[in-house]
Amino acid sequence: MGPPDAILGITEAFKRDTDARKMNLGVGAYRTDAGKPYVLGAVQKAEASLLAQGLDKEYLPITGLARFTGAAAELAYGAGSSALGRLAITQSVSGTGALRIGGAFLQRFYGAQPTVYLPTPSWGNHAAVFRDSGLKVGSYRYYDPATRGLNLDAMLEDLRALPRGSIVLLHACAHNPTGVDPTAAQWAQIQRVVEEGEHLAFFDMAYQGFATGDADRDAAALRAFVAGGKAPVVLSQSFAKNMGLYGERVGTFSIVGADAAERDRLLSQLKILVRPLYSNPPVHGARIAAEVLTQPELRQEWLGEVKTMADRIIGMRQALRARLEQLGSAQSWAHITDQIGMFCFTGLKPEQV
Amino acid sequence: YFDSVPQAPADGILKLSVMSKADTNSKKVDLGVGAYRTDEGKPWVLPVVRKAEQRMAQDPAANHEYLTVGGLPALTNGAQTLIFGGDSAALKEKRVYTIQTISGTGANMVGAVFLKQFKRPDDAAVYISKPTWGNHRSIFQTAGHEVREYRYCDYQTLGLDIDGMLADLRAAPRAQIVVLHACAHNPTGIDPTPAQWAQIADVMQERGHFPFFDCAYQGFATGDVDRDAFAIRLFVDRGFELLVAESFAKNMGLYGERTGCLHAVVADPARVAAVSSQLNRLSRATISTAAAYGAKVAGTVLQDPELYGEWQQNMGEMSGRIMEMRRALRQRLEKLQTPGDWSHVTSQIGMFSFTGLSAAQVQRLREEFHMYLTDDGRISVAGLNSGNVDYVAMAIDAVVRAG
Repeated sequence: MGPPDAILGITEAFKRDTDARKMNLGVGAYRTDAGKPYVLGAVQKAEASLLAQGLDKEYLPITGLARFTGAAAELAYGAGSSALGRLAITQSVSGTGALRIGGAFLQRFYGAQPTVYLPTPSWGNHAAVFRDSGLKVGSYRYYDPATRGLNLDAMLEDLRALPRGSIVLLHACAHNPTGVDPTAAQWAQIQRVVEEGEHLAFFDMAYQGFATGDADRDAAALRAFVAGGKAPVVLSQSFAKNMGLYGERVGTFSIVGADAAERDRLLSQLKILVRPLYSNPPVHGARIAAEVLTQPELRQEWLGEVKTMADRIIGMRQALRARLEQLGSAQSWAHITDQIGMFCFTGLKPEQV
Repeated sequence: YFDSVPQAPADGILKLSVMSKADTNSKKVDLGVGAYRTDEGKPWVLPVVRKAEQRMAQDPAANHEYLTVGGLPALTNGAQTLIFGGDSAALKEKRVYTIQTISGTGANMVGAVFLKQFKRPDDAAVYISKPTWGNHRSIFQTAGHEVREYRYCDYQTLGLDIDGMLADLRAAPRAQIVVLHACAHNPTGIDPTPAQWAQIADVMQERGHFPFFDCAYQGFATGDVDRDAFAIRLFVDRGFELLVAESFAKNMGLYGERTGCLHAVVADPARVAAVSSQLNRLSRATISTAAAYGAKVAGTVLQDPELYGEWQQNMGEMSGRIMEMRRALRQRLEKLQTPGDWSHVTSQIGMFSFTGLSAAQVQRLREEFHMYLTDDGRISVAGLNSGNVDYVAMAIDAVVRAG
């Protein structure tokens, strides 16, 4: 009998609870101030437009909807990025699917028995996804429970100690579950160490735009690594949160190749990996995302809505911190507003939880 | 870092599709496509699907929230009833767990990975039909199984080599995993008769083999969902534990929405919880949760009696047109007195037909007649229509006569 899922099991417990005061602070899906799911206006408009177009439901190519992956790549890497001309990108079953493709790719092509190093802590599903794709899983220190912030020294020390050419999993922004992100200066140091160790940077970006409210700012670390031109970069990209497309499973996996020829070889291998997993990805969410990203009015509206979501989260952080301080709590709650994104590492112990 | 990554060979069917698209000849016929086409040669979104979508669009509570790992109950429950039948003992006894998947491929893969972890003996091989859907071998090998073949297609008669099949299943070591096409075998269109299914079940029982059904055409084969599920239900009635990979790509025309399920039929209801926990766990590590939109469409259709009835009609239209095209092609070949026995064109069933044409003949069809089909001689009957069936018959006649 398998154990209950660490995250989804909480929602199951929440559903079973009959107390009127119950609150679900578990699953990572945005809620409005009224506590309801939020379908973005830009998404609604895109979906209505698509329905009116009466499109067919033919299979997408293995690597997905080109209009979507092209726009997604630009969003992540920046419109003028040198990466775009040498990027092997495939649509994926959201972020999880992208991580799985990445894991499978690295298992096959990145030396014998490769190990991926995760920050401590990391998203509950990371280890399972990478193990099931055949990688070994290790860790590097990240979160400092004493400060409820980043333990940069320990992180750099651990990264320096890794075998040359290791796979380092980095949360691009809005670290899950801690909400603790490096500053730009800290990212520069991390980058130097990753480059010196000749490690591969595996970015997981599930919150672009959702962290600071600014999509370019949230992608800064990813783009800096690409601009550095030294560490190989691969990216898992999700539109679950920033477009609220959760269940439609919209994402991409990409590898920044050396040049266009390498990109073509990499793409050919990605197709081989994807075909037995699920043949081709779901069309509905990709069409919505493509519409939102490529129709200028929808894109503007979307960016505004992402900022609104991010601002509400920031506002809630401020409000929670303020109330805890008003209640006369002895300890510091600064971490609530220092941390960023959907999640906050409260510092509460398991018994308190 | 990636210098050593070699160029992978292109997918054969995709290559065919690319060639076909590039061909501008007005007589061009695409018989490689694995998707239904109307008599006008166009994709067809089922009217009942459009209805369901309109209904969904008008629901003020509609959203894009995550499904649970198990999937949308409207889909998974509806799919159980569809496959096993409303009066199924297995369902009444709560011996079935169903998890939503990324269409049929996803279901095959989840099942394959599950079996790799839990099959007994742990070195049991997976037996696939010779021939089978191109992706089967890849899926099971990727999941880490040894893959072997059992004889299936009689290349002389283009019917079932039942003796060869039974002999191979008997000769296999005990307790192997056997992949069976529930109906409308891909790529041959050759299905066992009910009597032959009973024989297959007998041998599987004798040898303790584990059935893994791939069901991608229920309702699409005969137009009758119960008839098309005969084999699966026979095996369940016989007391087999089994897996069923189910796809709604063809029978609901949901192709790119990636709507499917994996069903596990377990002997002891007390074991279902454990099985479901493991299937959930491994699906969580691959996709987290399955795609919502197509599931909602399918669930809406399956759960509404009126829509369900309309769906039966839509399926009847598809399977009916396919059968008509089979008759039309056979009739024309016989009228032309094309050498050979063409009865297999109508005795085969479903989207595909194994013509018996050689690779050389197929090449000639492509180069001279702008007709695209796979090297194994498989045609997609869905690609035939009243506008091209004369031409297709003529072209086949020409290449067969030339030898």
